[in-house]
Amino acid sequence: MRRRKYTTISIPVSLYERIKSVMEGTGFKSVSDYVTYVLREIVAMHERERMASPFSKEDVERIKEKLRALGYL
Amino acid sequence: MVSIPHGGRLVNKVARGERRRKLLKEAAALPRVELDSNQALEVENIAHGVYSPLEGFMCYEEVSHVLENMRLPNDLPWTIPVILDVDEDDLTAVKEGDALSLTFLGKTIAIMEVEEIYRVDLNLYASRVFGTADPGHPGVFKVLNMKPMLVGGTLELLNEMPNKYERYTLHPAETRVLFSERGWKTIVGFQTRNAPHLGHEYIQKSALVFTDGLFINPVVGRKKPGDYKDEVILKAYDALIRNYYPRDSVVLSVLRYEMKYAGPREAVHHAIMRKNFGCTHFIVGRDHAGVGKYYGPYDAWKIFREFPDLGITPLFVKEFFYCRKCGGMASEKTCPHSEKYRVKFSGTKTRRMLLSGIRPPPELMRPEVVDAILRFENPFVEE
Repeated sequence: MRRRKYTTISIPVSLYERIKSVMEGTGFKSVSDYVTYVLREIVAMHERERMASPFSKEDVERIKEKLRALGYL
Repeated sequence: MVSIPHGGRLVNKVARGERRRKLLKEAAALPRVELDSNQALEVENIAHGVYSPLEGFMCYEEVSHVLENMRLPNDLPWTIPVILDVDEDDLTAVKEGDALSLTFLGKTIAIMEVEEIYRVDLNLYASRVFGTADPGHPGVFKVLNMKPMLVGGTLELLNEMPNKYERYTLHPAETRVLFSERGWKTIVGFQTRNAPHLGHEYIQKSALVFTDGLFINPVVGRKKPGDYKDEVILKAYDALIRNYYPRDSVVLSVLRYEMKYAGPREAVHHAIMRKNFGCTHFIVGRDHAGVGKYYGPYDAWKIFREFPDLGITPLFVKEFFYCRKCGGMASEKTCPHSEKYRVKFSGTKTRRMLLSGIRPPPELMRPEVVDAILRFENPFVEE
């Protein structure tokens, strides 16, 4: 079965109207496009804040040794 | 903190120690697929996290999403499929769920779990990625001549390929530690296929004014006749950095990767790779990754408007030139004078001068850089 590409979310009509007026002249084709753009930006920002360091202490030490040997450190 | 890897986690699919020994033993009994050097480089790039969050070659759903939406199925920006094409004969004894030994020059470099064997419409693929299906475009030509079957699935790297530029090779985990050790929080990535002239230097230094560090990351790999040889580019940059850059503000390291010449889509792809190396900013050329006249003058800049969630800031720096009236380097944004006062930098012109044995003047290229290039008997790739 094909996965659905879009889903529906509800926003207040008053907000919908505000977005419509704000997006005039911005190049966005629809309120949905605008909302998708804004949400992607905000979600990416929140995802960044939640990330932990990917390296263990041992990894870092091993890498530092190589960097020293190559003259980068 | 340097930038977060694309998708939130730096992929590491390099098998080490006991696991590597075990997988190598297993690989000896598996069906083998021999890779060409570019495919083998893709394997290394996946394993070292250059293509994070990818952990292997893409399956059909990922490829279609990327072609259609310029995003992975999980909505993450991604513009160029990462695929493995193979001959039907290589897969006679292979079915989905099996493991494969990926070899280069007869030696196993990776083991791959075959998730899916599939085909794609190559004309559609080319039109989406390159914006044209014209076989005169080198990227399209390559796609149209791909082997017929694609294999998707995760992999683990068991052996590295021979590397002529080991001294200059840093993987994303290493650049990330290096940037942190240097105390850099903002890092601008610069991609190049050329020996540096003054125009390049000023673009880099303009970006360095408001970032902590500059990551010069030349692409090495297969090139077109007439291009600078890889070793020439590296020696030229060594000379430039030694003489004209504060050493603790710059890192020079190569990216082993085959250019696709996919213009705007490839510009985004390049930015994603540099994000994985830890860059927070990336300099995008006006005709970035372009070839011939296939892309409009600012297409490679416009495409970034589609990606508010890219996680790396593209820098659109206009080209520099020497203005006789200003008496110095300037750009369209800083200089009010007309064309007749402007001396423009041209890679083609510089190459032509070097080929004819003429030293480019210091207003065009630093003398130390010229010396480094001319130490090579033939600095350019031959037919």
